[in-house]
Amino acid sequence: MLTRGTVRVTIQHMVKNVVEVCDLVVRRGRVRAVDGLSCSIAPGVVTGLLGPSGCGKSTLIRAVVGVQVLTSGTVEVLGLPAGDRRLRHRVGYVTQAPSVYDDLTVAENLRFFGRVLGVPADEAERCLEAVDLAAVRDRVVDRLSGGQRSRVSLAVALLGSPELLVLDEPTVGLDPVLRRDLWAMFHALADAGAAVLVSSHVMDEAQRCDRLLLMRDGRLLASDTPGDLLARTGTRDVEAAFLAIVEHAQEPKEVTA
Amino acid sequence: MSPRITLAVAARVLTQLRRDRRTLAMLLVLPCLVLALLWWMFDAGGAPLAGGFDALGPPLLALIPFIVMFLVTSVTTLRERSSGTLERLLAMPTGKGDVLVGYALAFGAVATVQSALAVLLCWAVLGLAVSGPVWMLVVVAVADAVLGTALGLFVSAFARTEFQAVQFMPALVIPQILLCGLFLPRDAMPGVLGAISDVLPLSFAVDAMSGVSTAGGGAGLGGVAGSVWGDLAVVVAFVLAGLLLGAATLRRRTA
Ligand SMILES: Nc1ncnc2c1ncn2[C@@H]1O[C@H](COP(=O)(O)OP(=O)(O)O)[C@@H](O)[C@H]1O
Ligand SMILES: [Mg+2]
Repeated sequence: MLTRGTVRVTIQHMVKNVVEVCDLVVRRGRVRAVDGLSCSIAPGVVTGLLGPSGCGKSTLIRAVVGVQVLTSGTVEVLGLPAGDRRLRHRVGYVTQAPSVYDDLTVAENLRFFGRVLGVPADEAERCLEAVDLAAVRDRVVDRLSGGQRSRVSLAVALLGSPELLVLDEPTVGLDPVLRRDLWAMFHALADAGAAVLVSSHVMDEAQRCDRLLLMRDGRLLASDTPGDLLARTGTRDVEAAFLAIVEHAQEPKEVTA
Repeated sequence: MSPRITLAVAARVLTQLRRDRRTLAMLLVLPCLVLALLWWMFDAGGAPLAGGFDALGPPLLALIPFIVMFLVTSVTTLRERSSGTLERLLAMPTGKGDVLVGYALAFGAVATVQSALAVLLCWAVLGLAVSGPVWMLVVVAVADAVLGTALGLFVSAFARTEFQAVQFMPALVIPQILLCGLFLPRDAMPGVLGAISDVLPLSFAVDAMSGVSTAGGGAGLGGVAGSVWGDLAVVVAFVLAGLLLGAATLRRRTA
């Protein structure tokens, strides 16, 4: 165990970051959904993107996947500009609302996206089992529960074992047992070398991440490990740490005002 | 674009349609019912009215696949845009052409069955007079259907809801129906309307269909009058233009 941990840390230092976001600004309608944000995401770890609803998590994620029009700044993924055609089979993306075909069965959805990606046919089966949906494989998606549907969407993102997996609030509304299992799966994927970026507006999920990106109002509040974040802010949970950082940032403003 | 992905998209659209039994039944049966109704109105009661079914049948054979495929495609692709599956597909190695041609192939296949049934009914059961080759009626009908698909793909980009998508029917389709020569011969229209009619795709579709049944066995290719091939070529050109416009509305990156 000890050697494995050491090896992983060493690899993290050697390998370049999978995602590099630099001075990113994204204007959506009237709001600056992402407002001058820089961050990086390393391979082999689960990075949590946490922040309240509307703070710009989905927008940042869309920028990383390359489906968002950027106002300024750059996003690089695996050394290429985000959205580059060479990245299209190396990045797995789960949108916030499950994006699968409601009128197809679970297996048909996976087979279709598998053919688009050009992965072997047995890959669909492997991904179904990874999200524990083998039992409902022949069920039409709109007959499934919300949690099952979002797992179908997750299974699609696992096809072809992408090097970067980007998941927008994949655990919202799921049964705690299932949520625990999914987080275990994210860590297994990271152990296998993938970079995993998971967003959530539920601060409790922070404990399950190797690294945290805390976001508020389109800006990055902190980029740290959960342990270091708590130590630095002298707090006992991430929600308190979040408050401490926000209040600390506001104090000088009030003085100058 | 890759054949693997294009065919995967087409197969998937067909699987979705097969799941939706009611829509499939309506796609195949309704055109036949409408044509039978038309025949009943004009030809069943003794002496046929002026022109009658022989004059109105061909334009309707051209209109119905166009309208049906326009509606089905605009709603289906709107759903694909709003459900996020299009975003996901375009984040994968899918080309825009794969999506467009995949849809066109799938709906073209449905249109082939639909048109073959409608033509068979008109010609073999309802006694439509067809002086040209009957298979050409099916070819023209399929081209009309794919025209509807191409136009539907394009307009789905400008609708946010299915309600809006359906409103493109009175905006884009009904004027074409009014001006295609079904209600008034195109050369009898006021000058401006005649000129507009001369550049609308459905006018060429209706001309081609009427040409097969009346102008009949010309000296052209396959025993079809040359003017029919000309009209068909224009329809195909509109299909390609529609698909290109549609491609321009498929965006990998959105705001
Ligand atoms: N399609 C859109 N058009 C205009 N504004 C949008 C759009 N989507 C999101 N926004 C705005 O951008 C901001 C960030 O949204 P989002 O990235 O979805 O946040 P989160 O995922 O953290 O809840 C919000 O203020 C939201 O209202
Ligand atoms: Mg979001």
